[in-house]
Amino acid sequence: MADPRRSRHPVVELTLARFRILVREPEALFWAFVFPILMTVALGIAFRSAPAGVVPVAVVQGARAAHVVAALRHAPSVEVFTIEPAEVHATLRDGLAHLVVEPGTPPAYRYDPTRPENRLARLTVDGALQRAAGRSDLWAARDEPVVVPGGRYVDWLVPGLLGMNIMSTGMWGVGFSVVMQRSRKLLKRLVATPMLRSHYLIALVAARLAFLVLEVGVLVVFARYVFGVPLVGSLGALATVSVVGAMAFGGISLLTASRARTAEGVSGIMNVVQVPMWVCSGVFFASSNFPDAVQPIIQALPLTALIDALRGVMLNGDSLVALRGEIGLLGGWTVASFAVALRIFAWR
Amino acid sequence: MSRPPSPRPAAASLGGGAIRCRGLVKRYGEVVAVAGLDLDIAPGECFGLLGPNGAGKTTTIEILEGLLEPDAGEVEILGRRWATDRASLRQRLGIHLQESQFDDRLSVRETLDLFRSFYPAGQPVDDVLALLGLEGKASSWVSRLSGGQRQRMAIGCALVGKPDVLFLDEPTTGLDPQARRQVWEIVDAFRGRGGTVLLTTHYMDEAEVLSDRVAIVDSGRIIACGPPRELVSSLGAGHVIGFALDPAAASEPPDFGSRLEALPGARSARREAGEWSLTAASLHVAMPALLRLAADDGWSLSSLRTRTATLEDVFVTLTGRHLRDG
Repeated sequence: MADPRRSRHPVVELTLARFRILVREPEALFWAFVFPILMTVALGIAFRSAPAGVVPVAVVQGARAAHVVAALRHAPSVEVFTIEPAEVHATLRDGLAHLVVEPGTPPAYRYDPTRPENRLARLTVDGALQRAAGRSDLWAARDEPVVVPGGRYVDWLVPGLLGMNIMSTGMWGVGFSVVMQRSRKLLKRLVATPMLRSHYLIALVAARLAFLVLEVGVLVVFARYVFGVPLVGSLGALATVSVVGAMAFGGISLLTASRARTAEGVSGIMNVVQVPMWVCSGVFFASSNFPDAVQPIIQALPLTALIDALRGVMLNGDSLVALRGEIGLLGGWTVASFAVALRIFAWR
Repeated sequence: MSRPPSPRPAAASLGGGAIRCRGLVKRYGEVVAVAGLDLDIAPGECFGLLGPNGAGKTTTIEILEGLLEPDAGEVEILGRRWATDRASLRQRLGIHLQESQFDDRLSVRETLDLFRSFYPAGQPVDDVLALLGLEGKASSWVSRLSGGQRQRMAIGCALVGKPDVLFLDEPTTGLDPQARRQVWEIVDAFRGRGGTVLLTTHYMDEAEVLSDRVAIVDSGRIIACGPPRELVSSLGAGHVIGFALDPAAASEPPDFGSRLEALPGARSARREAGEWSLTAASLHVAMPALLRLAADDGWSLSSLRTRTATLEDVFVTLTGRHLRDG
């Protein structure tokens, strides 16, 4: 036991207090730890790689239906069943079949050509039916299956969730709690002590980084041991990218919280800041899906840079030098947001 | 040899004393919260600012605490000024704010440890816990404390720095009588060590119990100032007779108030919610005269009681309103 008359350094006490409040808040723990794991499990299972492409195909009942069914039954990786003519639309809409065959000479295919799996079904079925009708293949190519590590959806998803988590924990953990302290007049109470304002801000950052170690560690370890998500790059690179990302969102969070007086007010601002990035920054699907015209904006968003960098480290093994663009962008967001936030921060 | 003229006489010290201010003014838009207020509080004194809600008490104390900038006027705390000695002043003041809520998920000891760490020369947290009577609650979360316990902890956060001056803004608002007494004991203990206290309150009993001197504040001005007993005796009437007429027996004559005030030993009469209050310097003269008047005029009393005059009566006499009216 230390001398009770001696007191710890204010930065240590402020950091401890903040860290304690964070880990004693069940909701915060849920969003920081449980939610990303649930998302990984749910999406990892839903979008797991299908066992070597089983293609469900429906055949409309009628004169030559039995013939078509027999031909497809011999085709590899096709699962065939028959439906009534009235069921065609419902079958396609609900994804029960990727393609509907209307028997005839020649047969007709009903499918949605904008869906890749439907186009795949058309190729497979057309080949099988033509082969059954007498076409002969020129050769049988040799297939050499290769499993690329990090090529599955879950591998791609986990860095996205990690980035999203660093953003949202940063926003709520830093900004929201500052506004709560302001609205409860605790910030004013602290200003009425000899506390140095710089100590308060250093403690904000220190507690955020301590929490970051836990949240990144838990998700990366879980994803690795349950789903086999790789970490191709170095731990050091992962840590650096995470810290730079957390700092950028810490700054943005402080900026959103620098003036707000109520929990409702800051919640609104934070959603306005976060939602576009959830959608555009490539958490669940590639941000390259958006039109070229908006790409400059999307690429300038901090979450896009953070997720690109995390994917680079985890899936590609990129070095920090290779990621200097993303890291530089996040650093820029950090400096700019802290500079403005400190200038306009309301201490009362 | 001629001496050089003394520099900047305007910035000359306001003199000794723990808390002094001159001509404080604070406006919020059109509203004048503090309208030219002077205070002189001696070291070791407990001084109360008494007034209704909205009188400007909190604005005044926050200016003195260096949390608000006055629009005009000068402040000196322990002979220093906020503009030049902010850091060293902060070390010597203990401040309790009216509306601060502490983090629910920290324990009492963790909260006190946090505040203790801001002061290089504070007092041990264990001593403060004992002073607050919160030893048994040291490891409880703030969310588990009663209102009185929370308030004591809040005052404890102002005491861990071992201050010379303690500011208390409405320290017992919303507390039950027992919890209020516990807060008063903490303030007494602090004074026992020679500490200076400035408190605001809208409870006249609190001002009377704790304060050596009281300033009655209304609309941002001090309308009376002095030791509580002297303020009461300045009414010239230490007693109040309260009574109500039985409306069935007789109707009240129009000049009833002035007839009451003309009674021997009586001072002033006022009617409120069907009850008359007659202040009197000596009860044994005024009471028989009142009863004789009743007998002569043939009205009967449905209630009759007497009490000792309080600061509340001072406020009512000066403003025509009650403290709790706000």
